[in-house]
Amino acid sequence: MRHVIAVLLENEAGALSRVAGLFSARGYNIESLTVAPTGDPTLSRITIVTSGTERVIEQIIKQLNKLVEVVRLTDLSEISCIEREIMLVKVRAVEQGREEVKRLTDIFRGRILDVTDSSYVIELTGDDQKISAFLEAIGDDNLLEVVRSGATGIARGEKALKV
Amino acid sequence: MELSGGEVLIEALKEEGVEYIFGYPGGAVLHIYDALYEQNSVKHILVRHEQGATHAADGYARATGKPGVVLVTSGPGATNAVTGIATAFMDSIPMVVISGQVQSRFIGSDAFQEVDCIGITRPCVKHNFLVDSLETFAETIKKAFHVATTGRPGPVVVDIPKDFTTPGITVPFDYSKSVEMRSYTPAVEGHPGQIRKAVDLVLSAKRPMIYSGGGVVLGDASEQLTQFARLLNYPVTNTLMGLGAYPSTDPQFVGMLGMHGTYEANMGMHDCDVLIAIGARFDDRVTGELESFCPHARIVHIDIDPASISKNVKVDVPIVGNVGQVLGEMIKLIEATDKRANPSDLDDWWAQIRGWQSSECLAYDQSSDVIKPQAVIEAVWRATNGDAYVTSDVGQHQMWVAQYYPFDKPRRWINSGGLGTMGFGLPAALGVQLAFPDETVVCVTGEASVQMCIQELSTCLQYGTPVKVICLNNRYMGMVRQWQEFSYEKRYSHSYMDALPDFVKLTESYGHVGMRIEKPGDIDKSLQEAFAMKDRLVFMDFVTDQTENVYPMIEAGKGHHEMRLKPSRELA
Repeated sequence: MRHVIAVLLENEAGALSRVAGLFSARGYNIESLTVAPTGDPTLSRITIVTSGTERVIEQIIKQLNKLVEVVRLTDLSEISCIEREIMLVKVRAVEQGREEVKRLTDIFRGRILDVTDSSYVIELTGDDQKISAFLEAIGDDNLLEVVRSGATGIARGEKALKV
Repeated sequence: MELSGGEVLIEALKEEGVEYIFGYPGGAVLHIYDALYEQNSVKHILVRHEQGATHAADGYARATGKPGVVLVTSGPGATNAVTGIATAFMDSIPMVVISGQVQSRFIGSDAFQEVDCIGITRPCVKHNFLVDSLETFAETIKKAFHVATTGRPGPVVVDIPKDFTTPGITVPFDYSKSVEMRSYTPAVEGHPGQIRKAVDLVLSAKRPMIYSGGGVVLGDASEQLTQFARLLNYPVTNTLMGLGAYPSTDPQFVGMLGMHGTYEANMGMHDCDVLIAIGARFDDRVTGELESFCPHARIVHIDIDPASISKNVKVDVPIVGNVGQVLGEMIKLIEATDKRANPSDLDDWWAQIRGWQSSECLAYDQSSDVIKPQAVIEAVWRATNGDAYVTSDVGQHQMWVAQYYPFDKPRRWINSGGLGTMGFGLPAALGVQLAFPDETVVCVTGEASVQMCIQELSTCLQYGTPVKVICLNNRYMGMVRQWQEFSYEKRYSHSYMDALPDFVKLTESYGHVGMRIEKPGDIDKSLQEAFAMKDRLVFMDFVTDQTENVYPMIEAGKGHHEMRLKPSRELA
């Protein structure tokens, strides 16, 4: 099953490689991994999307917690959460296709950021399902380049992952 | 007090109560070596290879419970140390390794003797630190010792660029007594609710089995384990790493379990209805095929590392905490209640275990004309009154010590269980002997293993460590040969050692005493002779039976109940 795990870790050189190294050394799957500083400059936040059996996910969480630089973590999939990913996509847009792509962008609440006479660059934000649905709607033939940020997530409600 | 980086290190080691530092100098640590030169409180042991430094520090740590400390230079110094760091990591041994690094401004430039030590050691350390300023150096050392010795112990590397140890560049020295790390807070006390649940399950057993491991040794919880087992009259089996945590000569002890464990221990595991796992991690060499592991048992698991719980085997009552503390709480609860396992159930269970024991799975041919390796180990046990510190390398000889040298005390049996590092035994024995100069220290090895770190014979001479080396020389990599016999139709591919050295002459050239023993009748008297040389290292080269195998054995893919016993004693 797919899990989204949010990790707060010390904002130190090499901390990210400990997390990435753990996944490769133990053969865990990484679908996506994002990392950025937080409001607290001493902490970074990683969002990892992974998948595995219940046993594997349990081990991933325990092994992550065991890393000395990991301060706190939460499995967002266990609670009600909001997941978002940003995608920039370059699409071939010529003749009647131009209108079609623009319409699709509107339907998916995307934004066109760049226009040439043969292409658009579109920005789209959403969860994994929405982004996949948009890509499917555009179709492989028209996709010139796809850049996905990887998922980030936050729990609903007042409870916060912080130190 | 204003100190340079090198002096900061020495003062910090003093604060930590470090007695010995095992190391080898080189460019990136020359400033530190200069600081070492001017003082006597931390004794430096000059090894002959950095692998030897880490193993010696490791042996010291296993025997004393204190962290082993290592100092190596950058580049090859660091990479040579990696095998020893990984060895300590796999067996959760507290160790602090200080490695020199090229000057901070050269990092990343492929400078002379530069390697990414932090990157290389990352997967085999509990944690590592790259020192980023002289100002934080003392605090980093404090953290390194704290992390290495608390929770589930392990090796910690501190990589220090050379420019932070430059003489004349100083900082005020302030070594705090304690350290707070918000991201590192290991659990110590077991959850009271879980402890109560565990006691209920333990007391409901009809066919209980206590399976304890290295965690009991590392947690200094032998007393609690012994008290717990005796209070209940439950059988005890130890893992390879746990030997000595429960007295091996005690009637409740059923021997080691696992791949080369006793018939009674493994059958007991297979048939038990409640398994009490204490400081053990369900390693594959212990469990055999997981599909058929303890099929009837409900399992209590006490371990300080949450990640060990339900990693390989799903358990019913997990308790995260220090094993000594948790056992102490369990003992209190048991003593406060009259509830006990049904005595007749327990009697039946013991009768069954005694029945398995009557198969005498460790019996071997006593009438052979060639020296049987098992006979040598038993003779060493007699010669040392069963009370020596025994290190070993890896292979058949290691298993024979585990089987034929019953350890009654913890921290006496010092071997590389997790990583299985050949070359461990001799340097480890050096470390143990330095820690306990008046105790008998034996290194049991084979002619293949010992050659992997034989250069440390030179270190042993320099520091006058009178280790007794027992070499079971069968002119084969015995365990490899055994697997080739069983699984590869006796195709002995590259397991034969041609052109072996004359170990007697070799030992003598290193300034020690060498002996060669070829007849079974000479074993005891030669051992007496060797052990009488209290202040000399004696290398005893026992020419043993080339065809002897380690039995019993659980082969790959088999369960505890499917042991391979010695051919002449095959049981139905």
